[in-house]
Amino acid sequence: MSPIVKLLAQRIALSLLLLLLISVVIFAGTIVLPGDVAQSILGQSATPEALANLRAELGVNDPPVQRYFAWLFGAMQGDLGTALTSGQDIAQALSSRFWNTLFLAFWAAVVAVPLAIFLGLLAVRFKDRWPDKMISAVTLASISIPEFLIGYVLMYFIAVKLRWFPSVAMVNDSMGLFDKLNAIALPIAVLTLVVLAHMMRMTRAAILNVMQSAYIETAELKGLNAFQVIYRHAFPNAIAPIVNVVMLNLAYLVVGVVVIEVVFVYPGMGQYLVDHVSKRDVPVVQACGLIFAAVYIGLNMIADIVAILSNPRLRHPK
Amino acid sequence: MNRHMQYLASQAAAGKLSRRDFLGKAAALGFTAVSANLLLSTAAKAAGPQKGGTIRLGLQGGSTTDSLDPALVTNTVGLMVTRLWGETLVELADDGGIEGKLAESYEASADAKTWTFKLRSGVTYSNGQNVTADDVVKTMERHSGEDTKSGALGIMRGIKDVRADGDSVVFELDSPNADLPYLLADYHLIIQPNGGNDDPAAAIGTGPYIMKSADMGVRFVAEKNPNYWGDLGNADTVEIIVINDDTARVAALQSGQVDVIDRVPPRTAKLVDRAPNITVHSTSAAGHYVFIMHCNTAPFDNNDVRMALKYGINRQEMVDKILNGYGTVGNDTPINASYPMYTELEQRQFDPDKAMHHLKKSGHDGSILLRTSDNSFPGAPDASALFQQSLSSAGIQLDVKREPNDGYWSEVWNAKPFCTSYWGGRPTQDQMFTTAYLSTADWNDTRFNNEQFDQMLVAARGELDVAKRTQMYADMSTILRDEGGLICPMFNDFVEATTDNVDGFVEGIPGQVLMNGYAASKMWVKA
Repeated sequence: MSPIVKLLAQRIALSLLLLLLISVVIFAGTIVLPGDVAQSILGQSATPEALANLRAELGVNDPPVQRYFAWLFGAMQGDLGTALTSGQDIAQALSSRFWNTLFLAFWAAVVAVPLAIFLGLLAVRFKDRWPDKMISAVTLASISIPEFLIGYVLMYFIAVKLRWFPSVAMVNDSMGLFDKLNAIALPIAVLTLVVLAHMMRMTRAAILNVMQSAYIETAELKGLNAFQVIYRHAFPNAIAPIVNVVMLNLAYLVVGVVVIEVVFVYPGMGQYLVDHVSKRDVPVVQACGLIFAAVYIGLNMIADIVAILSNPRLRHPK
Repeated sequence: MNRHMQYLASQAAAGKLSRRDFLGKAAALGFTAVSANLLLSTAAKAAGPQKGGTIRLGLQGGSTTDSLDPALVTNTVGLMVTRLWGETLVELADDGGIEGKLAESYEASADAKTWTFKLRSGVTYSNGQNVTADDVVKTMERHSGEDTKSGALGIMRGIKDVRADGDSVVFELDSPNADLPYLLADYHLIIQPNGGNDDPAAAIGTGPYIMKSADMGVRFVAEKNPNYWGDLGNADTVEIIVINDDTARVAALQSGQVDVIDRVPPRTAKLVDRAPNITVHSTSAAGHYVFIMHCNTAPFDNNDVRMALKYGINRQEMVDKILNGYGTVGNDTPINASYPMYTELEQRQFDPDKAMHHLKKSGHDGSILLRTSDNSFPGAPDASALFQQSLSSAGIQLDVKREPNDGYWSEVWNAKPFCTSYWGGRPTQDQMFTTAYLSTADWNDTRFNNEQFDQMLVAARGELDVAKRTQMYADMSTILRDEGGLICPMFNDFVEATTDNVDGFVEGIPGQVLMNGYAASKMWVKA
């Protein structure tokens, strides 16, 4: 087995182990949550008998370890259980929400990642001159403003005043791709503004770091122009930290957009999770937690793998 | 000039002139805004409902955990959706009375214990089946069974037996109740095939629309029911979008993505109304924000202390500052003009001298502790601070203690002797009093125990003579006002808004949200 395959297998095994540990944490966390599921389903009209019946029905009287393994084996086979509140199959209800979240994250990434890297390169090219300063100022300002405020401001000017794009990002299966993109234009814009600065600054820093190396000086001395130096020599060597920060931001686009979903009424996973947390619908919360964790770990794993593949020293360890 | 005005009004009603332009021209001709608006609404009604188009509503309160089962409906979105596809036996009429829906007519026995509802003939469900008396019986049974989770269970408790009798349904009650038709107008009691026992969430009913898609907490689409028996339903398609965020809901209306929204935040309602294509509607309602005292706990067991506090509150100030004017002053009874058989009582005013007088008479000394939290009602801590100020001008010291939101309803409300709270309205006086002011009620959150009041409540329930009943309810409100533990400074309005794309919004029945839930089927899209 080549060392690189072994390294990758190790990475993947580690990620799976991590996911398993997180599943324990999620399960334990939802058990110690305050409040009683039966009580919150029945509300104020609960009688002691009804509470006892419902608790037995929900299986909350079994020992936690037994419940954990039952849940884990179910989840591994794609059976995430049924929602307590509506009795719907969670995997089925979640899948359309999850695809919506991925759809939004994907298009936000399509806009934000190239833009951030391009702006980063531009900032390096004009280091300490006005384009660099302006890019930094604007992106840092946009990351500093709370995202719901950016959302409201864009909504007011672009949706209400100019009426270019809708303020309600409602998508459904009967819409074509263009209609969907039109509907999610504003959330994409906000998400781009939120994740731009982080990626742009990291690109700039990583490349500047490389630019101080001797081989960059050599490249300059052999007569390459500034962009070629950055593109051909600095960027490949700076790719690992850039991919890292890009993956972190992609993970954020999937798991951290609850506020944006609420503001733009987007039917993604965030709103689904929030509704079920407030009703103490534990199986749904666990399922969402597991999926979010899997996305986070998966994207970080990809970042690690890219870093290994792009770095000869990691690719050929002693 | 008058003829010119009428011409302009008809143009505006037909959508050829914006409301803002019309009002401007009216002002130039010397008409006041009020009379111009009146002319406009008259002209709009004269133009009449238009058929076709899609009416879109952006509503607050839906959640992904909702169900289409009418028994489980708890919020405005659920109410509006249920009203599209289903119908009850009877419904509240615009004049506060009762009109038939699936029941064509009804009659009560002389003792108000046996009620017979005659079903409308030839009505079919959206799946083609005929509506039978047996369906009605099964529906009532489903909502009143031992293990039902129905929101209507409370009002079904007094019904002993329901049976089919040909094309009629007979209700036998435990004790006389003249309010039964009001109870059966409850929106949970949608008549479903086989009582909804087969599939309660199938959304098969007799309503003016048929559900085409339902994504809980997200979006609902319904199309006109071609076989509907009645005259409801102007638009071809109804789309309901759940928009829980206040700002997003207002923005959706302003950008023209929806035509109707509910719950315009009172703080910004006046600003929203300034937009040329938007009209804000305020409907007086039966919900109220309150301060509640336990009548059996010192110092509130002394009626003079209660009276001192009642005279020491500035009701108008509360309406102005807490509700931003979108509400009406309360009179220390839970009943207002939203209720049928309402009698106006003399309004209690803010009177520091009387407050001081009652406090002296009570002999109470020292400060009084009030508990409050943000979720007891919006602005409760501010209202408590206003109360504190108005009482201090009467020389009464009020200490306000801020309690955490979490656990307020289990630890403070109905547990501590003096706190802030809210009540939603009930369809009738009997319901309201039975829920919270009968001495044996579970939710008697003022610990009110008045034998005369209890007796009158039972007597009024069986009284079929409306004049006598009206008088009895007036007397009961008077008892509550002068002896109860309720300080009710304000009733909050429903604040809703529509765009110029649609017409036909009427305030309708006081105390009911969005034209009693019929906004989608009674309003129309302007051509």
